[in-house]
Amino acid sequence: MNIVNFISVSAIPIIIIIIILYGIKEKKKVFEIFLKGAKDGIQIVVELFPTLLGIFLAIGLLRNSGILDFIIELIKPITEYFKIPSAILPLAILRPISGSASMGIAIDIMKQYGVDSMIGKIASTIMGSTETTFYTIAIYTASVKIKKIRFVLLAALLADLAGIITSVVICQVLS
Amino acid sequence: MLNIIWPIFIISSIVYAFFSGNIEKISNGIFESAESAVQLSITFFGTICLWNGIIEIAKETSLMSKLTKAFQPFIKFLFPELKQNKQAKEEISMNIVANFLGLGNAATPLGLKAMKTMQKENNQKDTLTNSMVMFILLNTASIQLIPTNVIAIRNSLGSIQPNAMILQVWISTIVAATVGITATKILMKRF
Repeated sequence: MNIVNFISVSAIPIIIIIIILYGIKEKKKVFEIFLKGAKDGIQIVVELFPTLLGIFLAIGLLRNSGILDFIIELIKPITEYFKIPSAILPLAILRPISGSASMGIAIDIMKQYGVDSMIGKIASTIMGSTETTFYTIAIYTASVKIKKIRFVLLAALLADLAGIITSVVICQVLS
Repeated sequence: MLNIIWPIFIISSIVYAFFSGNIEKISNGIFESAESAVQLSITFFGTICLWNGIIEIAKETSLMSKLTKAFQPFIKFLFPELKQNKQAKEEISMNIVANFLGLGNAATPLGLKAMKTMQKENNQKDTLTNSMVMFILLNTASIQLIPTNVIAIRNSLGSIQPNAMILQVWISTIVAATVGITATKILMKRF
């Protein structure tokens, strides 16, 4: 699996060098532009913090109360049948609903089971390959005041389900 | 959505803790949660600003317009009804490119602009057109070259190989998008 790791590990450095070489070729002030972009990043982090705090509080309570283990224990037979690790379940359920909540859960999973463990990798792959479906549909339709969304939610949730199942399978195949 | 889920999480946890005898554990955990939110944000700070800076360079070069051109065949296949609507096609291309590069900030404003352009040619103003459905689906499918957020988090959690799941993400995204596009193409004819 060296090739898999090589592609994954070298993608970012290669993209960075291509972007910078393009900037130099077109005589852009690359460093100044970089600073401008980086400055915009501050805003993102600052805006993200309250959500992160709220989610961490709720998730911390869920974990410490023991209720999550109780629920997972209840549905374990179903997930075991489909060979889905039960730890992934809360993430799979929350992923389409809330980006920040699912990110909080993914972080929690990675902390508990280890970032580089199988479950940690599956959680990462789910986070990277799916979007916050409900939120996206809501803002895109609301922006043009559309009320009849036809089958878009169904199609998007089917895509999410396919993405989550593939994540579980592919991480086990490629490890 | 979170206005409902968040209180449910908190209330059910606290009530359950009273019955299961975990109330002390919960009490101690509250401020630990706040602390770990701060710790994570500090790590985020570096990675997100860094990536935003690099992407800003890409936006200023012709790299962006070249990528837009490369997406033309895709657009033709996915949005056959937009033959004459050049503006919508351009905005859709830019939105896809922005998503592809992980420019969430740029992608959403461009996407909303494209929705407005498509709405102009919509005969039923309260209903999504086929092109709009396909466009929203693409935006829910997270088609991106590098899952920067996840890599940033993996990095901050001390992963030995934070980037080691990029290939897995690509494969899962392609499967998800293919299923979504196929479902949309089929459902489009019936509903």
